[in-house]
Amino acid sequence: MTKSSLQPVVVGAGPAGVRAAQTLVSYGVRPVVVDEAPRAGGQIYRQPPSNFKRPAQTLYGFEATRAMAVHSTFDTLTNQIDYRPDSLVWNAQSGLLDVLHGPTQTTHRLPYQQLIVATGATDRVLPIPGWTLPGVYTLGGAQVALKFQGCAIGHQVVFMGTGPLLYLVAYQYAKAGVNVAAVLDTAKLSDQLSAMPALLTQPAVLLKGMYYVAWLRAQGVVLHSGVRPLHVLGQTRVQAVVWHDGKKELTLACDAIGFGYALRSETQLADLLGCHFAFDPLQRAHLPERDGAGRASVAGIYLAGDGAGIMGADAAEWAGELAALALLTDNGVAVDSARAQVLEQKLRQLQRFRTGLARAFPFPQNWAAQAPADLVVCRCENITAGELRRTAQTSGADELNRLKALTRVGMGRCQGRVCGVAAAEILAQATGQSVEQVGRLRGQAPIKPIPIHLVHASAPGVNA
Amino acid sequence: MNNKPSQPLLHRVAESDRATVPFTLDGQPASALVGDTLLTAILTQCGQLRRNEFSNEPRAGFCMMGACQDCWVETASGERLRACSTLIEPGMALCTGGPSA
Repeated sequence: MTKSSLQPVVVGAGPAGVRAAQTLVSYGVRPVVVDEAPRAGGQIYRQPPSNFKRPAQTLYGFEATRAMAVHSTFDTLTNQIDYRPDSLVWNAQSGLLDVLHGPTQTTHRLPYQQLIVATGATDRVLPIPGWTLPGVYTLGGAQVALKFQGCAIGHQVVFMGTGPLLYLVAYQYAKAGVNVAAVLDTAKLSDQLSAMPALLTQPAVLLKGMYYVAWLRAQGVVLHSGVRPLHVLGQTRVQAVVWHDGKKELTLACDAIGFGYALRSETQLADLLGCHFAFDPLQRAHLPERDGAGRASVAGIYLAGDGAGIMGADAAEWAGELAALALLTDNGVAVDSARAQVLEQKLRQLQRFRTGLARAFPFPQNWAAQAPADLVVCRCENITAGELRRTAQTSGADELNRLKALTRVGMGRCQGRVCGVAAAEILAQATGQSVEQVGRLRGQAPIKPIPIHLVHASAPGVNA
Repeated sequence: MNNKPSQPLLHRVAESDRATVPFTLDGQPASALVGDTLLTAILTQCGQLRRNEFSNEPRAGFCMMGACQDCWVETASGERLRACSTLIEPGMALCTGGPSA
């Protein structure tokens, strides 16, 4: 096969997608790059609208150099790629993608021979009563408001949950002059201490994290660890948050909350493409299988970045480049194999650090057992934890898609992006199984809402 | 603290020296800034974007990145737009699903 006959498509223009595209271009290949956002960068390096003026240092802090490198790399590629911003891949099958162009609300079919899937991640959410109130956002959402719109989600903000993003977003808000009322971490200090040896394998990253915590403390921001979030109070908006500190219940007035428990991968496209999935105990999630270079189980499909398992932005850049090199190799293009080996090694070396992060910010495994019956798990359709448990017990449903069919959890507009993790935890707890055993929500097209007339016009056979 | 439902949810901490964009919010004249999403345009003026179809309770988005689909707003002509990823345009007529309870 010659380079000119290659027709690769890259889905996603975050750190993984940008490096993948750059690598393909550097070998004389012209990829199509499809991205849902209007500008490249993904979520972590998301760019504000073009008329905004804050410098990269303000927007991205310690990551400014990396963010600018990703942005400027992509800017140099625009004449050498077929770039499709504002474009959502809403369906995928062998050799063909369905793409919705947002501004014109038109959909078209995009053929591919090779596909690099770099679809990124969203916050992993474990709800508590009151989480649907206006003023409660994900940690990532709170960050987007600030970075992308120059807005704060409130005047007295509590950040809650666990994970590296918890302290980063709190730091960014405090830096922007917003009153951070408290940072409530479900992880214990002992978790973080026991993770130290593994975290020390990436000393620069660890130092940044420690800096955020120390800076917040120096500013007088209240930091609590080992908490159990109980509920959010308010009638039509957030008024306070209540948590348990191991000894007693505490209440703190606030007008906004950002919360989350690390990240979850966006795996719907890999699923629609028929990729094999396997359970990853570290991430407590079913993830598409890939080899060390990013090859999925389906020939011609490559997976890179957080969309195939959470490894962070630096790893996403390496994985994007590596997936592109694998794609080229598989099509007979002679690539710099030494470079590929270096990238594989860097990714392998990061594993120990990721294990450390999972230990430092552990998933609260007893969340499901403590979720009250009236807790809304599905915020699309208001389905409660009690309803899920009752259905599991009365119907014998012991698998997540069966529970979905019976209760509609995961069937609403978010397609389980928000509720999927929580629903799996509830089902596992209610049926005495592991999260691995209850399975994962199957991806369905359209993977995000699209106008119904477009589905019928463009994709016969797709049941909306 | 602003706890009245009519009070804005979001407030600007930067980038406020942009040109203004006139639009209407629940029939009343309103003003946003060029580059605002519909979510920003609405929530810097009031406390909700919509009402949930199942609970009828107010909602104001959640993920801000096009994943949760909890920020779809209606226009006066019945069109539905995802507020976190759609930029405001002059003359848009946006509706938030009625006054907060």
